[in-house]
Amino acid sequence: MSELNKVLATFQVNGEPHEVAFVPHKTLLEVLREEMALTGTKHGCELGECGTCTVQIGGMPVLSCLVLAVDAVGKDVRTVEGLAIGSDLAPLQDCMADLGGAQCGYCTPGVLMAADALLKDNTRPTRDEIKEALAGNLCRCTGYIKIFEAIELAAARMRGEDAEPSKESIYGS
Amino acid sequence: MVLDDPGLKHGAASPQARSDAPWQHDKNKDELEHIGKPIRKVDARSKVSGLTQYADDLTMPRMLHMKLLRSTMAHAELAHIDTSKAAEVPGVKGILTGKDMPMPFGILPVSQDEHALCPDHVRFVGDPIVAIAATEEEIAWDACRLVEVDYRELRTIGGVHEAAANEEPRLHDYGVRGNIHRLENLEFGDLADGFERADHIREDTFWFEGNTHLPLEQHASLAHFDKDGKLTIWSSTQTPHYLHRALARVLHPLPANRIRVIATPHGGGFGGKSDPFNHEICAAKMSMLTGRPVKVVLTREEVFWCHRGRHPVLMRSKIGVSKTGRITALDFHSFLDGGAYGSYGTASTFYTGALQTVTYAVENYHFRGARFFTNKAPCGPKRGHGTVQPRFALEVQLDKVACDLGIDPAKLRLDNLAPRESVTANYLRIGSMGLGACIEKVVEGSGWHERRGKKEVTKDGRIRGLGLACSSYLSGAGLPIYWNGMPHSGVQLQLDRSGLCTVFCGSTDIGQGSDSVLGWIVGEVLGINPLDIKVVTGDTDLTPVDLGSYSSRVTVMTGNAAMQAAERAREIVAKGVAKKIEVPASRLVFAEGRVFDAEDPETGMTFMEAVGIAEAQLGTIGTVGSYTPPKSAAKFRGGGVGPSPSYSYSATVVEVEVDPETGIYRVPKVWMAHDIGRALNPAIAMGQIEGSIYMGLGEAMMEEMAYRDRSHKGQRIFLHKIPSMLEYKSPSTLEMPDCVTYMIEDPDKNGPFGAKEVGQGPLLPIMPAVANAVFDAVDVRVDENPISCEKVFAAIQAKNEGKDARFGPALDATGIPDVDFGESLRIKTPWQGGDGTASNAPSRTKKAKK
Ligand code: FES
Ligand code: FES
Repeated sequence: MSELNKVLATFQVNGEPHEVAFVPHKTLLEVLREEMALTGTKHGCELGECGTCTVQIGGMPVLSCLVLAVDAVGKDVRTVEGLAIGSDLAPLQDCMADLGGAQCGYCTPGVLMAADALLKDNTRPTRDEIKEALAGNLCRCTGYIKIFEAIELAAARMRGEDAEPSKESIYGS
Repeated sequence: MVLDDPGLKHGAASPQARSDAPWQHDKNKDELEHIGKPIRKVDARSKVSGLTQYADDLTMPRMLHMKLLRSTMAHAELAHIDTSKAAEVPGVKGILTGKDMPMPFGILPVSQDEHALCPDHVRFVGDPIVAIAATEEEIAWDACRLVEVDYRELRTIGGVHEAAANEEPRLHDYGVRGNIHRLENLEFGDLADGFERADHIREDTFWFEGNTHLPLEQHASLAHFDKDGKLTIWSSTQTPHYLHRALARVLHPLPANRIRVIATPHGGGFGGKSDPFNHEICAAKMSMLTGRPVKVVLTREEVFWCHRGRHPVLMRSKIGVSKTGRITALDFHSFLDGGAYGSYGTASTFYTGALQTVTYAVENYHFRGARFFTNKAPCGPKRGHGTVQPRFALEVQLDKVACDLGIDPAKLRLDNLAPRESVTANYLRIGSMGLGACIEKVVEGSGWHERRGKKEVTKDGRIRGLGLACSSYLSGAGLPIYWNGMPHSGVQLQLDRSGLCTVFCGSTDIGQGSDSVLGWIVGEVLGINPLDIKVVTGDTDLTPVDLGSYSSRVTVMTGNAAMQAAERAREIVAKGVAKKIEVPASRLVFAEGRVFDAEDPETGMTFMEAVGIAEAQLGTIGTVGSYTPPKSAAKFRGGGVGPSPSYSYSATVVEVEVDPETGIYRVPKVWMAHDIGRALNPAIAMGQIEGSIYMGLGEAMMEEMAYRDRSHKGQRIFLHKIPSMLEYKSPSTLEMPDCVTYMIEDPDKNGPFGAKEVGQGPLLPIMPAVANAVFDAVDVRVDENPISCEKVFAAIQAKNEGKDARFGPALDATGIPDVDFGESLRIKTPWQGGDGTASNAPSRTKKAKK
């Protein structure tokens, strides 16, 4: 703990270098939140059980609570703060906002990072593929449905389609 | 650059305003502008950007980190606590024990039975004993491990039966007697006559295991006692006002007006953050002790200990019906395992008997409820508070009645519907009532008549079944939790020449969108874009009191208060404009960001100009609104729990596919209809319904707060079986079925624009519908929740062995504890000519001597 020597390292997060000193047993989650003030990444268990701490390393979704910070040095780390372009929300964020995919919003950063990684590989994911990709991200508020619909809508818009959500998803059947 | 949020382009016809409708407030507008539209929530952008600051995202210079040392014993006296070694650890800045905060507290005035730190008696594994603050979190942890605690072990009380059988040792020196916390015995009408007139009577027992909220955000607080002698605490609480009161009580003589509670954005509540908590009070006290900001974040395991979740309840229900299935009498017993403290338990007890009569007309009704103290984590309110367990029992029992009589379960319910605009046997006032429409919707949608009882076999050999159940829930509790005559909700509005409109309200957005509700309502009344409105909530220094986000009260109560404040503001602005453009104020329309003459829409001005004109004529503009629920019809003791301004209704059909060999089942599809009165925002309301279905399925299929009964060095202890998210199973994306949702809009006169609650009601019918669907598939009854596969399997086995095809508690003394409820309080029903008062005054059940 505190008597341990800190290490100094430079992380690449959202395309920016962050030079920080930290004790080597700290997880990437802790270093992101505590040393870089990137608190968009959340924690719900710190045991790899809830998915709220999901970030991307090299485009792959990972649980930052299970990654030692030292292992992320020099890699391309992306967090929720890296999704929007300036003040413009990414399509995925836009659709989540429109459909109410974020209720309390606590699972949202993790969900977004997992979904963003999915949409990179798969521009037309089926409902089952979305479920599979998000199986590690718990959400206690939404029942997941608005999240699925937001991802499907975003995928369609990212393919250039002029898509709108179905009437049933907004007004019921 | 996109800085505004247009919301969805997608537009269905906007709801028509009816000038005669009581919820129609601007008679000059033909159409509602914002209400009923899928507008983004006011905080949607920050939430999807990861920029919302939850309690643990806050830091301050010189901030200390606090940890709590918790009891490892389920029941013990504290003989000695030695913190001297911990105090020597470098970096430790403050240590608190029970003697530093001797004043007990609790959410209800009748159960002030908790201490911020236990002074001399621990009552469950996880009860906090010592708080340590240090410069780093790990130092505080290490220091906690150096504290020596000498326990003097006491006999452990493990559940309802043990608590009923063992008066000693008592967990608390208050309550009814022994370890009975509450005993209620209310009789409405003539039960003997009701059963006499019944053609068919059945009696069943049910068990509902406890479960917990499992919010993704662990509880967290940051307290700062500043150099001016003022205390501020940022906390993930659903009830900043009640936390404020508890802090003022325990931190006395620090006056309440020097304490500021700020409810931070919430990472999930579901009822679990509605009590004032030990860690909040300790953080505040620690900041006062050390003069530095103090943060505390609970671990996931501690969140399980904090609990306040669903009570485990044992129930016995005796129902009498006519040949045609009309309910003539209902005799209901509930036995609640309350855990170690009172919490909301008094209300929970009453709620297990309150709402049975709101869905179905029950002619004669007897309710007996008992709550016990046991050495487990304290139970409290979880989504559907106290009404979930009896709803499970009643809806499963009605399914059995329908089966006995050969009546369609949907028809049985339709025939028994409580009438709209009526008063129930227990004096609850029903207003709008759309349950019939809900039942019809799900029956039609699911193909109930064609598919039920068909035992279709899936490709993988599973048998399909359909189950139906209904429910109702409050739109806010009719009474506050402490006795007072003040409003339940207050709203303040500030308008100025820049066109600014700020809403101040003490309510707390726990993700349900209550901040946005304020914006939509004020935006509608003033005819301005809700996303231009600033909303300031949950800050006891800045915002008028609102009682909190519980009992689904916020939309109706803060909504009505906001409506009043906005109407007053509209009146002021209209007065100014009327004078300026020489048009009668009654002819002015507030819409599309303008104020104009209804007869000549060109004559008018922007809202901003209008406010400026009014400000020039009448001075600074500010208005207030407040809301107090209508007076209850119940005047008997105990009649305070159950009344509400309005009741929502839900009906569901759940489809299951059961493997008849193993009992393993899945839920592929759910149809849910909810009578919401009016959906202020359909997209957000849909999310509440879907979230309720999800949480209900978790409770039905897997979630349970189960304990491991172990001994350790000869001492019996109760450890939570599964205090981790991996082991406390909750549904992932893979378990979430397809949902077909219907919103029934039957506007209620007590709701803003006719709105009723939506956040809790649709959870309730899911569990009984699953049990009923399992029966439809494989002809076995599981009278216990969760309806886990093992139980289905056990019931199938029993059936195969020619035994009772059922899994559930026995209908005899081994199943139901022997408790003397004393004489009942007798209340004549409205149809017997009753006036809501009791006709007798039984001596309160024998109290134990202190
Ligand atoms: S914090 Fe829960 S998985 Fe990482
Ligand atoms: S929105 Fe609350 S946990 Fe997902």
